[in-house]
Amino acid sequence: MTQWQGQFIKIDDYRWKIPEDYKSGMRVPGLVYASKGMLESIREEQTPEQVANVAFLPGIVGCSLAMPDIHWGYGFPIGGVAATDTKDGVISPGGVGYDINCGVRLLSTSLNESEVRPRIDQLINALFHNVPSGLGSEGKIRISQKDMNQLMIEGARWAVKRGLGMDEDLDATEEGGCLTGADPSKVSDRAVKRGMPQAGTLGSGNHFLEIQEVKEIFDTQIASVMGITDIGQVLVLIHTGSRGLGHQVCTDHLRTMEQAVASYGIELPDRQLACAPLESREGHDYLGAMACAANYAWANRQCIAHWVRESFCEVLGKSFDRLGMRQIYDVAHNIAKIEEHTVNGRTVKVCVHRKGATRAFPAGHKDTPRRYKEVGQPVLVPGDMGRCSFVAVGTQRAMSETFGSTCHGAGRILSRGAAKRSIRGADIVRELGSRGILVKAGSISALAEEASQAYKDVAEVIDVVHQAGISRKVAVATPIAVIKG
Amino acid sequence: MKEAFEILDHTADIGIIAYGTDFEKLFSNAGLALFSLITDLGSIEEKLHLDLEVRSEDRDSLVVDWLNELIYCFDSKHVLFNRFVIETMTHSALKATCYGEDFDPNKHRIKTGVKAATYHMLRLDRDDNGYKAQIILDI
Repeated sequence: MTQWQGQFIKIDDYRWKIPEDYKSGMRVPGLVYASKGMLESIREEQTPEQVANVAFLPGIVGCSLAMPDIHWGYGFPIGGVAATDTKDGVISPGGVGYDINCGVRLLSTSLNESEVRPRIDQLINALFHNVPSGLGSEGKIRISQKDMNQLMIEGARWAVKRGLGMDEDLDATEEGGCLTGADPSKVSDRAVKRGMPQAGTLGSGNHFLEIQEVKEIFDTQIASVMGITDIGQVLVLIHTGSRGLGHQVCTDHLRTMEQAVASYGIELPDRQLACAPLESREGHDYLGAMACAANYAWANRQCIAHWVRESFCEVLGKSFDRLGMRQIYDVAHNIAKIEEHTVNGRTVKVCVHRKGATRAFPAGHKDTPRRYKEVGQPVLVPGDMGRCSFVAVGTQRAMSETFGSTCHGAGRILSRGAAKRSIRGADIVRELGSRGILVKAGSISALAEEASQAYKDVAEVIDVVHQAGISRKVAVATPIAVIKG
Repeated sequence: MKEAFEILDHTADIGIIAYGTDFEKLFSNAGLALFSLITDLGSIEEKLHLDLEVRSEDRDSLVVDWLNELIYCFDSKHVLFNRFVIETMTHSALKATCYGEDFDPNKHRIKTGVKAATYHMLRLDRDDNGYKAQIILDI
């Protein structure tokens, strides 16, 4: 792949601009959050070109934004944020991605790692047994087409109503675990057929379930509101999305939008950016279907969280209440949301596309959950399995600069093929084992694709968003045990 | 004669380049490339066949839709294919018979989960040796 030849204009140490005149057709400038050191790797591929291409979208306001974990995607870069005016702007399924509402959920416990390590083999086996994972795996819950429609409308609440979790979990979930406007009639039979058997499954690829220990607390006051109080405290992180349902919704609606582009006379530099006006039949249909997939993902993580709690109770012989297994938060990493933001001093209703980016609302915002009203909405940023994951909070600066958004993870630097050529899955298991990290995976060879070397160091990513002021880091945790699908 | 297909590295995802002396061969090889990513082609036996029909807007979209149809078959019906016969084909539609067997976790090692075929960097080219198609897959 050829290097990107354009120029970044330095705004400060963490902000780099791609001016509007870089390319004819850009409606707004591009803005990349990165350290100087990161720019070199960002430049190695055509990622900045994709940031510029997103600036072509009709109705885009502010800047075409890129978070420091940015990497090359298809059409949109991964780590990209774009807000379009609901009056004259478009919605683009590529700006959400195939894994709609791929996201993470973090549970706290009152356990110390010293209590968990002696039982770690049993725990990981119980989790592996109770949470279906891997390719071709099917869920433990059998659902009918009618159930499926309810699930797509209600999201996480669907699972809670069936005894899989509690109301408190919903309060600690973005959107309460349910995006409004879900319209199952806009989800194809094919999408439902792919999704039905996969409800309540972790999946494969970069999806995982991790038992972690808190390594460092940067802000004790905010951390204590989240229930993170001690070094060595055990947390559980769940990372998965909307499985085949979301993939098919994206495929179906991209196809419709492909045709819409021509009929609405929209000119785009990349077919994968296909879009339609928010105020159009195609736009409404996609929003209705996307909400269904997002809700499916929330229900999915809700079911899995419940089985995680059950597994802990089973192995440790205590109720999950006594184990202190509260939900800290659940965030979406791939989603489009209708939100109100201030642009050039004016309040506008926009559609914020977050593709590999996290909502980061500040303290006091109406959509920041009550429990976090004083400190800001929790932001969960997983790293690769060999390093660490961060907990942060949203800030006012994110609100005014990035439509209340921040980074979502480490960001790939090596292709899966290159990772596989440079390291073997079995070596990873051994190496992590020597550092006290237990790994259990459906496919050992596929593990190599997710090796630490394939990713940027998430600590550098977090440092940029913290220094730039678009989030504030709260705590960091390292893995004790990992389940990979 | 070039090989049937190649696998292409892409940072976030993975790509395939399929070759064919004619479009029928090209599409059949693109299908093979897809299933070579999912499992070892050699582990698939020919025990069943499925007739598929795909309609699209143009030839470029047709190759994307064809692969998405195959991904859908694997994901919803759990069928693996290792041979494709393109029965009829126009610039925007095709009928194919696909040969393979049901996925068996004890027999087939699944290598990669493929979410979708994308339009990103999609290319259909012709040279002296025939046709070439490049498709990026989201995995």
